[in-house]
Amino acid sequence: MTNISIKKLLEEYPFAAAYFEQNKLTIAGFEDQTFEEFLNHFSEEELEDQAIDKAKLLSDLPVYLDQMRQFLGMENDRLVHSLTILPGHDKSGTVEGFKELTVETSQIISIVGPTGSGKSRLLADIEWTAQNDTPTGRSILINGEVPDMKWRYSSNNKLVAQLSQNMNFVMDLTVVDFLRMHAESRMVQDPQSVINRIIAAANDLAGEKFELSTPVTSLSGGQSRALMIADTAILSSSPIVLIDEIENAGIDRKKALKLLVTSDKIVLMATHDPLLALMADKRIVIKNGGINHVIYTSEEEKQLLDKLEKMDSLIQTARQELRSGNTLSPDLLAN
Amino acid sequence: MNLIVFSGPPSSGKTSVILKTISSFHDKNIKVGVVKFDCLYTDDDVAYEKAGIPVKKGLSGALCPDHFFASNIEEVVNWGNEEKLDLLITESAGLCNRCSPYLKEVKGVCVIDNLSGINTPKKIGPMLKSADFVVITKGDIVSQAEREVFASCVSSVNPRAITMHVNGLTGQGAYELASLLYDENQNIQTVQGMRLRFPMPSALCSYCLGETRIGEAYQMGNVKKIDLGGDKK
Repeated sequence: MTNISIKKLLEEYPFAAAYFEQNKLTIAGFEDQTFEEFLNHFSEEELEDQAIDKAKLLSDLPVYLDQMRQFLGMENDRLVHSLTILPGHDKSGTVEGFKELTVETSQIISIVGPTGSGKSRLLADIEWTAQNDTPTGRSILINGEVPDMKWRYSSNNKLVAQLSQNMNFVMDLTVVDFLRMHAESRMVQDPQSVINRIIAAANDLAGEKFELSTPVTSLSGGQSRALMIADTAILSSSPIVLIDEIENAGIDRKKALKLLVTSDKIVLMATHDPLLALMADKRIVIKNGGINHVIYTSEEEKQLLDKLEKMDSLIQTARQELRSGNTLSPDLLAN
Repeated sequence: MNLIVFSGPPSSGKTSVILKTISSFHDKNIKVGVVKFDCLYTDDDVAYEKAGIPVKKGLSGALCPDHFFASNIEEVVNWGNEEKLDLLITESAGLCNRCSPYLKEVKGVCVIDNLSGINTPKKIGPMLKSADFVVITKGDIVSQAEREVFASCVSSVNPRAITMHVNGLTGQGAYELASLLYDENQNIQTVQGMRLRFPMPSALCSYCLGETRIGEAYQMGNVKKIDLGGDKK
């Protein structure tokens, strides 16, 4: 791998370009040399000045290429179809109140419980694919089996993507540049078509449409949320998405969940909003650091959800009227 | 005694990560102490004291903090052994992003945060590139896309390191980090003769020696000039 010319190396492993680029190695003009020969062209002074560790760069390259090859080859054999939680115990050592909880792709599970009750710990257990080796004693199975340790250690294959309401964009890029950068880091084949799909999906979720040339930092709250959700659904490599409360303003939450679910994600949602919590088939009740019990959403609750949704749309209509500068009349409640 | 060297840019969350990590050691009856290295000021020792953790601090003052670290780590390890610690953690701020305090035989952890910008992995030298573990913090306040891009930039400059996300506020991920750091079989009595993983920047120009006047006439020793292009003699 290291005894072929850089040109050949790049033909065989195009992603090696990112390794050179991130390590600030300008290979232009050295394509016919091997990587080692290239590294040898640096003078002692340059090595010291730019803090270049030749031996490490040389030995890291095969490790990097190997990781990227695995990452690219993962499409089929690494798909996650289901996530199973096996019970541990709460902070007082009481065994958790369920036998086995399995969630499949395209399912939504809601999580309820006061702040500090152990939601973060549950998420950490999933992210770490706990094997009775965390404070709760829970175990996690993927596709019904003890999972591969790569979910713990690989930086490019994280099991859980997170969406929380504290999240912001911090990069100073336009929407299109931002998405292109993400697409490139995920090495997708046809970035432009993926970008177009994300923009279309995000605009579908957001109340107000945005342009490709808008900087991500100047999107409104609803637009940012919409873009984050569409991006996570379509471009994130993580098969499980944890949502920590999506606020009500400026985004169609029902559509947002649908988008995630149709992208074959397993959705875990911490929320106390009845409109969202009742949308899930099951909800996990967390108390004192453990899962106290699991509730199956009843038929009665589903019917109630219909009514609550009607009430919600009433409020939304009123809000829309106010935004357009109109007055509200009691007729609003008439139908 | 175990020894672990933590470093990372200022305000990246080193102290929070260490505190959360230590709290999961307490449950296992592992006695942990911390030595904090900084330049002019730190009150992190108070945070450690409050948590009941034996702590010492070293301020480098007029010296380069990482050079100060290298000159004092031997004494610090002796202190840890006298205190009968099971695990000694040193924490130091990488102030110029060029130094790295890691020793070859000792686990090195670099803490960087998602807010520091996508080019940060390029800007930080050996402190990031030669770490065994890279802990990324503040993931709860940036978008998932940014977390993913940031992590992939980190792994392209240091593919061998284990990269983890730890939340310094909730402690999410800290238990897992702790489980990877402690090694029952490691027993470091002294660090004498160990080597730094990467040489620190060389200096010794007039300004190292206290010169305050500006101008070429006053500059001696290891002086480097900026390249502004154009016609230059």
